[in-house]
Amino acid sequence: MPGMTPPLSLRGLTKRYGGQPVVDGFDLELEPGRCHGLLGPNGAGKTTTLRLSLGLIEADAGTVELLGHPMPAAAKRARRRVGVVPQVDSLDPDFTVAENLQTYGRYFGLSGQAIAERTPALLEFAGLAGKADAPILTLSGGMKRRLTLARALVNDPDLIILDEPTTGLDPQARHLIWQGLRRLISQGKTLLLTTHFMDEAERLCDVISVMDKGRVIARGSPRELIAGHIEPHVVEIYGDGLNEWKPSFLPSPASGARGEFGKHGFPPSQPDRDAARSVGREAGVGGEGNALCHRCEQAGETLFCYTDDPEKVVAELEAKPGLRYLHRPANLEDVFLKITGRDLRD
Amino acid sequence: MISFGWMPVWRRNFLVWKKLAGPSLLGNLADPMLYMLGLGYGLGGLLPAVDGVPYLNFLAAGTLAYSVMNSATFETLYSAFSRMHVQKTWDAILNTPLGLSDILLGELFWATAKSLLSGVAILLVVWVLGLYESFALTLALLPVALLTGFCFAGLGLSINAVSPNYDFFLYYFTLAITPMILLGGVFYPPTALPGWLAAIAAWLPLTHAIDLARPLILGKWPEGMLLHAAALLAYGMAGFAAALKLTRRRLLR
Repeated sequence: MPGMTPPLSLRGLTKRYGGQPVVDGFDLELEPGRCHGLLGPNGAGKTTTLRLSLGLIEADAGTVELLGHPMPAAAKRARRRVGVVPQVDSLDPDFTVAENLQTYGRYFGLSGQAIAERTPALLEFAGLAGKADAPILTLSGGMKRRLTLARALVNDPDLIILDEPTTGLDPQARHLIWQGLRRLISQGKTLLLTTHFMDEAERLCDVISVMDKGRVIARGSPRELIAGHIEPHVVEIYGDGLNEWKPSFLPSPASGARGEFGKHGFPPSQPDRDAARSVGREAGVGGEGNALCHRCEQAGETLFCYTDDPEKVVAELEAKPGLRYLHRPANLEDVFLKITGRDLRD
Repeated sequence: MISFGWMPVWRRNFLVWKKLAGPSLLGNLADPMLYMLGLGYGLGGLLPAVDGVPYLNFLAAGTLAYSVMNSATFETLYSAFSRMHVQKTWDAILNTPLGLSDILLGELFWATAKSLLSGVAILLVVWVLGLYESFALTLALLPVALLTGFCFAGLGLSINAVSPNYDFFLYYFTLAITPMILLGGVFYPPTALPGWLAAIAAWLPLTHAIDLARPLILGKWPEGMLLHAAALLAYGMAGFAAALKLTRRRLLR
């Protein structure tokens, strides 16, 4: 949206710890009213980016503008219009649900009466109506997260920053949080969230930045990322006899391009759907005819086969009763694993 | 620029304290009172007059100062550490328009206020039992308690800033608080100590607090009043400045 101040603008942001860059020339511009996801393995620099954005720590290089205010110089002023859902539970255990909102609202300079007037709507939003006087210790994990979300809304923020909002929650609780976040997006709030759950990012985010080693390694809508980085179908194969049978599966070495084992290619910086698709075709069934998939990856006892043409693979697999398989559409997690690798980070 | 950002932080601590006031009052107020009365009557019964007054009267000033010190120290060590490190209350506040200086000032003033309450409790016993010479002079114990609380709140926050866990506080208690109780003149006049030890003791913050409190109970204005007050203020401010710097390094980098 031209002419509007971006809720958050990061340029060339760099933060080093002990000489090691944790955030390394990071650029980001949020669009008002959109949900932006920040994905990356542990240690990719997501939380540090959020802390820099909030003006809690100072960058070694680059600039941060939060709601038009330079950070960290105008941090206190900018944070008036920001709500934060931190990764770690920080509710006041000695207070009730309503007292938590009261206390937190006072940190924004709100009057007790103003907070009290907002409280019923916030509790309703969080699915905690009727729990105003409940002690925090009696709440479930999901309720606590929802209260933390409600707490972040006490100042009616324009931008809401969420650091792994659903980590540790059961599916029911996650879906409730998602509903809440969708409501916020539809109200025109801007969201910036980090998550390890690809389905969460896929469902909520308009734009996703994948981070690794402090840099953006891919950016786009969930669909763009999937189309631009990966074949549309995945067949996961496992079971006895996988190793003997595997060779017939491999992309033919002659056709080159995408058939790689245990090695993770670096993605194109600008995902280009058509280009990626045409590469997939060339590398795949077009050549020798014996290769059933375009790209394979083995993780432990499972072979991940990425393909444009799953029917052939599946037909072949049906004839091998020793092998079990799961055929599914490619998702963001496949993209994520492809571009950040399967190695553990911590 | 004067900021009142510390007020909601102070208020938060006050509201939590109000909920748990029962056990807190008992621990902070009744404990030193029992010591004073037990030692004052029990040990005092065996002793001749100390500094020209019954031992209980002598002990009152020391108990007041040490009770205030303890209260401010526990609040800025264990309680503040819980809020900072365990409950992440400070982290939550840092996401709001408030800053670290607001949080630490709120903690400083809260611990000062809470320890003042401990001083007032001892003062009530002093009044009820008539352990004073001049009632008017005992009123000056209120600002003394306030200064003493401020001093130890500032010092305590600096220890809190560098503590990795609760156990770390034992160093402070063993190396600072306990020696101060023994050398600062709580239980006996520092004149009873060897000269070199008394010289060291004269520098301790608790000694300054007792040097102010004891004469007021014994019915005279303290000698070097401004010097003692300035020393307490300086210790507290130095502690607070260190706390600000060290906590910033701990939480905001």
